Amino acid sequence: MAKEFNLKDQDHESGLIARRVYISAFIILMLIIMIISRVFYLTVLQHDHYTTLSQSNRVKITPIPPIRGLIYSRDGVILAENKPTFSLGVVPEQIDDIDETIGKLKEIVSIEDSDIVRFKKAVKKKRRFENIPLRLNLNKEEVALFAVNRHRFPGVDVVAGLNRYYPLGAKLVHTIGYVARIDDDDVKSLDESNYSGTTHIGKLGIEKSYESLLHGDVGHQQVEVNAQGRVIRVLDRTAPKPGENIHLTIDLSLQQIAIDALENRRGAIVAMDPRNGDVLTFVSSPGYDPNKFVNGIDSKSYNLLLASKDKPLINRVIQGTYPPGSTVKPFMGLVGLENGVRVNADESWCPGWFSLKGHEHRYRDWKKQGHGHTNLHKAIMQSCDVYFYTLAYELGIDRIFEGMSRFGFGQITGIDIGGEKKALMPSREWKRNALGQAWFPGETLILGIGQGYALTTPLQLVKATATLANKGHIIRPRLVSSTSNSISNEVNALHNHSENKIELSNSVYWDDVITSMKDVVHGVGGTAWRSGLNAKYNFAGKTGTAQVIGIAQDEEYKKEEIAEEFQDHALFIAFAPVESPRIAIAIIVENGGGGSKTAAPIARRMFDHFMKYRDLITKG
Amino acid sequence: MDEQSLGQRLHIDFPLFFGILVLCIVGLIVIYSAGGQDMNLVYRQAVKLLIALVGMIIIAQMPPAEIARWSFGLYVFGIILLILVIFYGDIGKGAQRWLDLKVFRFQPSELMKLSVPMMVAYYLADKTLPPNILRVATVCVLITLPVLLIAKQPDLGTALLVATAGFSVLFIAGISWRLLTIMGGLGAAGAPILWYFMHDYQKRRVLTFLNPENDPLGAGYHTIQSKIAIGSGGFYGKGWLNGTQSHLEFLPERSTDFIFAVFCEEFGMLGVLFLLCIYLFIISRGLYIAINAQDTFGRLFASGLTLTFFVYIFVNMGMVTGQLPVVGVPLPLVSHGGTSMVTLMIGFGIIMAIHTHRRFLSF
Repeated sequence: MAKEFNLKDQDHESGLIARRVYISAFIILMLIIMIISRVFYLTVLQHDHYTTLSQSNRVKITPIPPIRGLIYSRDGVILAENKPTFSLGVVPEQIDDIDETIGKLKEIVSIEDSDIVRFKKAVKKKRRFENIPLRLNLNKEEVALFAVNRHRFPGVDVVAGLNRYYPLGAKLVHTIGYVARIDDDDVKSLDESNYSGTTHIGKLGIEKSYESLLHGDVGHQQVEVNAQGRVIRVLDRTAPKPGENIHLTIDLSLQQIAIDALENRRGAIVAMDPRNGDVLTFVSSPGYDPNKFVNGIDSKSYNLLLASKDKPLINRVIQGTYPPGSTVKPFMGLVGLENGVRVNADESWCPGWFSLKGHEHRYRDWKKQGHGHTNLHKAIMQSCDVYFYTLAYELGIDRIFEGMSRFGFGQITGIDIGGEKKALMPSREWKRNALGQAWFPGETLILGIGQGYALTTPLQLVKATATLANKGHIIRPRLVSSTSNSISNEVNALHNHSENKIELSNSVYWDDVITSMKDVVHGVGGTAWRSGLNAKYNFAGKTGTAQVIGIAQDEEYKKEEIAEEFQDHALFIAFAPVESPRIAIAIIVENGGGGSKTAAPIARRMFDHFMKYRDLITKG
Repeated sequence: MDEQSLGQRLHIDFPLFFGILVLCIVGLIVIYSAGGQDMNLVYRQAVKLLIALVGMIIIAQMPPAEIARWSFGLYVFGIILLILVIFYGDIGKGAQRWLDLKVFRFQPSELMKLSVPMMVAYYLADKTLPPNILRVATVCVLITLPVLLIAKQPDLGTALLVATAGFSVLFIAGISWRLLTIMGGLGAAGAPILWYFMHDYQKRRVLTFLNPENDPLGAGYHTIQSKIAIGSGGFYGKGWLNGTQSHLEFLPERSTDFIFAVFCEEFGMLGVLFLLCIYLFIISRGLYIAINAQDTFGRLFASGLTLTFFVYIFVNMGMVTGQLPVVGVPLPLVSHGGTSMVTLMIGFGIIMAIHTHRRFLSF
């Protein structure tokens, strides 16, 4: 019964299917007639037209890559340029036996195995009629030698090009970054047509973040070629649009002073103009030579860089996260004033240590015998720890987190290069999520002196310092002040305005804290008084010494007994002149010892230069 | 009927086999010319051809019922491979299409060209035809899933071909004209939404795909050169080995995707008519087998494969003559290259199996 039903159904269905097949066959026939008429149109009706074209078809279209924009310092010194180079290019389609050709070429120019590996990889990825470089950076002798033998190598030619070069090498590598050969990851996201003649792309720093401006737009040319495909003459040319030049905010002379002062020690120095966010100095030490990366660094050199204890590849300014130490004190003081926990004159008694009620643990002051009666002014000037333990305790973690976050601690600054780290301003919520634990009061105390979980990048620190110098105006740091067209020289200035303002209930608080910071360097007993001696202008600062390892209760910190990598980090933040701030600075010398001894003198040297150079000295 | 019984025993359909063989020989002749008279290239292609032909004959030995049972597993396997490609795939020419299996590189989207129409045919075979709206919706999901995965690689050309293969089976299965219209309308309405979710670079690729003239250094260059080659060939062609455009190396990919331009330049309009006759012969044989198949699966799958075969021809010729966007579709059985050849031959193997395993029962 079921079978019968099925059979009947089959008949009906096979009829349906057959009808559809006939309809399909009809459509196919129509489409084939369409193809035939198209071929008829091309081969018969347009035959003369295309015959003419084919006889004159010795025209090829080739891309002309745009010239990459240059990068200048604030003072107009060239920091990234394009140097002419010659490479040996091969068009695989025009060669019968590539290995044989490479073998013959080896007799003329030196070709390393790594060149061949890279070349073969590129051959797979590119189209067969594209020119693929086999050897880069030919010297003059090699170019001449090949020119003489050129007839022996159809499909091989010397290709003139431009190579990115960074004349200052390691000095600005963390700012400018570098370009390198386009790799698989780049290909995924770039406009293949616009990059059809381009070999390099920005990988890091300014070169990466301003890639689209620096690169420009590809041009193309129609060239007449002979039967072997060699160019005879250029018929038509659409010029490429060169990339824009980029002008950095970096003050090279100040940069140099900072580099000299660090003497290749591990550390970071960043200075910015609080008015417009111009980053004047951006040093992450030690650096490395970006030129090695342009055409691919060899793995041995790269592994050396990777393995180096000094970690030169890390951009300490934006990626180095350090405990801020006592440099948080001015900000912590402001948070205390704003929350009404203290007034400026309120005093704490500092016996040299502090304990929570009912606890044995003594939180020590750096000064063993204590600071005695201490108000905010003295606490900042002499960096009294006990004052800030008590202040932090009274504020509590929630108000500290809220207040410090307003200064940008634990947040990215938004500078115009990538890779920035957020560092960390801890909160109850953070600790619950990250560690699965409740917050302990002792952790609040050490947060008051910038220890414990708190971490900051040097750039965050300088942004916060600039905010303080600006009395609340927050400004985003930036590295590029303008771009210019390399043909018309037309300058396009980029503007940077204060985004937000921290409004305090009483603006006198700003002055209270700034005066205290001024006395850190100019006051009697200030922690950095030596660095303020005989200055022809007023500046304000705060020292910091960040512990790398914990010291046990009954131990003392003895520098001589501790290995270098566990010694304290030296920190200093400052701005000058106090009256109308033009420069804010943050300095971190890793394992450099005390902030007053190691970091503050560097700031003084830089300020002296800056004030003189900018003709800002009015005093004495 | 002695001849047929020999075919039945060997499970080879001689008319189809003959047509395929003629095409392959034409292919080798044109490859010799297009490849700059490089005998090596011809040998390599001949070896691939032989392997593919052997594959075809082996597949033809399998009873269609056996093949049908593979449908679901093969489909799931293909989907898994497509997902793997997204994560582990090798990149070639800017898209992730290949899985490196150490021994050989494998393109899962190629498998889907067979597996998707097979799955659709398998799904619809035991249902009443024409399929109701629910079944049509299921089929749409079966097709869309792999198509989206392939489009993500991104390989829009193959994605469209796989979709065509699947939908051609649905068409043959008798989907009502009303549903067909509605689906077309939905597709047209969905495109702008998809566009909204695409990245900038994906949009750029689609725009270049639709309008190659915008990209004189890439796709547009191909079309300009191939039109010159075809047009200058004229009615009788320039003669074998005499094509200037291909030999002066103006025409890119002339032994693979653009081999039809070389063929036109050397054999002219006359040659095209001859070539189309062979294709038409193979297609009609395929459709004949489809109509005369014994079960619904066989009817649906054989006609789906045949229609897909035609779509390749149409898309390739349309692309080379400058009527369709440039997508990487070779001219079936003529272009140089192994992967698509193997897929096609397996397809023909299945068609032969459907035809030669028929049983004539007397009721």
